[in-house]
Amino acid sequence: MEYISLFIQAAFVENLALAFFLGMCTFLAVSKKVETAIGLGAAVIVIQTITVPVNHLIYTYLLAPGALSWAGLPEVDLSFLGLVSYIGVIAALVQILEMTLDKHFPKLYNALGIFLPLITVNCAILGGTLFMVERAYDLPESVVFSLGSGFGWALAVIGLAGIREKLKYSDVPEGLQGLGITFIITGLMSLSFMGFSGIQL
Amino acid sequence: MGEARKVLIDPLVDNNPVTLQVLGICSALAVTTSLLPALLMCLALTSVCALSTAAISSIRNRIPNNIRIIVHMTIIASFVIVVDQMLKAYAFETSKQLSVFVGLIITNCIVLGRAEAFAMKNGVGMSFLDGLGNGLGYSVILIFVATVRELFGAGSLLGYEILHTVANGGWYETNGLMLLPPSAFFIIGLMIWGIRAWKKAQVENPDYQIHEVHRTEVL
Repeated sequence: MEYISLFIQAAFVENLALAFFLGMCTFLAVSKKVETAIGLGAAVIVIQTITVPVNHLIYTYLLAPGALSWAGLPEVDLSFLGLVSYIGVIAALVQILEMTLDKHFPKLYNALGIFLPLITVNCAILGGTLFMVERAYDLPESVVFSLGSGFGWALAVIGLAGIREKLKYSDVPEGLQGLGITFIITGLMSLSFMGFSGIQL
Repeated sequence: MGEARKVLIDPLVDNNPVTLQVLGICSALAVTTSLLPALLMCLALTSVCALSTAAISSIRNRIPNNIRIIVHMTIIASFVIVVDQMLKAYAFETSKQLSVFVGLIITNCIVLGRAEAFAMKNGVGMSFLDGLGNGLGYSVILIFVATVRELFGAGSLLGYEILHTVANGGWYETNGLMLLPPSAFFIIGLMIWGIRAWKKAQVENPDYQIHEVHRTEVL
């Protein structure tokens, strides 16, 4: 039950895109068409669900204060190396996933392919890992959290793409066209997502 | 000299990384609820951006092309760790407020974008200035948004009360929306509108134009 609650919270109340502004660059750039938004959203869910638990294992068994006690070094604290290791893990996993998909699932690779490199520099992925460390989730919690936050991000980007498709035909003031109106829509979406706050299962 | 000046000044308004190139928005929105963390964030980003573009530019001829992104990431991440540790040592309370966003400078597209687009092709000094200029362009937006949000959301600036709030027996009713995430989107959206009304060249062309139908054509 608490896992469902965590999922809902990660996906809606604390939506990475709309409440923490993570992954905004890709969020605004790749939300012109619903189809591409779905592809990007799927790629984020997959990468997020793999990287957060992997980084969790790395943090608990290698980096956290006292984590190296299994190697006979209980006093070593490597937590300052966190940032470099996380981004390395993310970049490496994205690369591996890209190669695996290319080899075994060419169809899926063609659908997701162009988005995978973008994801390395997507703050939502690194942000998910940093939140996991900051909030001290355990392994099952970090799996649920990563799934929920990835899902929430995908939902937000698909929603925005849907609205922008409709918006093409509307008469927007000159200076507000493109980027400006997109910001305002995102603000309104964020306002509506705040309506989920306080929901507990 | 003129060119160095252009490299430094251009990103402030004419080619601003946030409002025109849509880079580095994540942190621009998240740390702006009050002015102090925003200032620290600007300092952190500007120093990381300037130092890492200079460092990358100094080894640009030795970086193999196909692994350059990883090399950039590692250099940027090292500078971010230094800045992060400094903040924890000298401004612990504010660094708690910034939470994960200092770490997220690594994936801030401004830094990587400048490394990729400018530092790989130009000398060390120019790259440093370019990094500095883009960091300052980002800072301008951040400070503006943070000033608006703190002034109207809490009636204060840097913690000092400017508008006398109702809670303290004054006249100003604080606007709670300003402290919530959506207001940051609205402020940046309106700001882009303002800049584009001033600098017409930045206006984007719409995908579809509404044609004006003249009476004679209809008849």
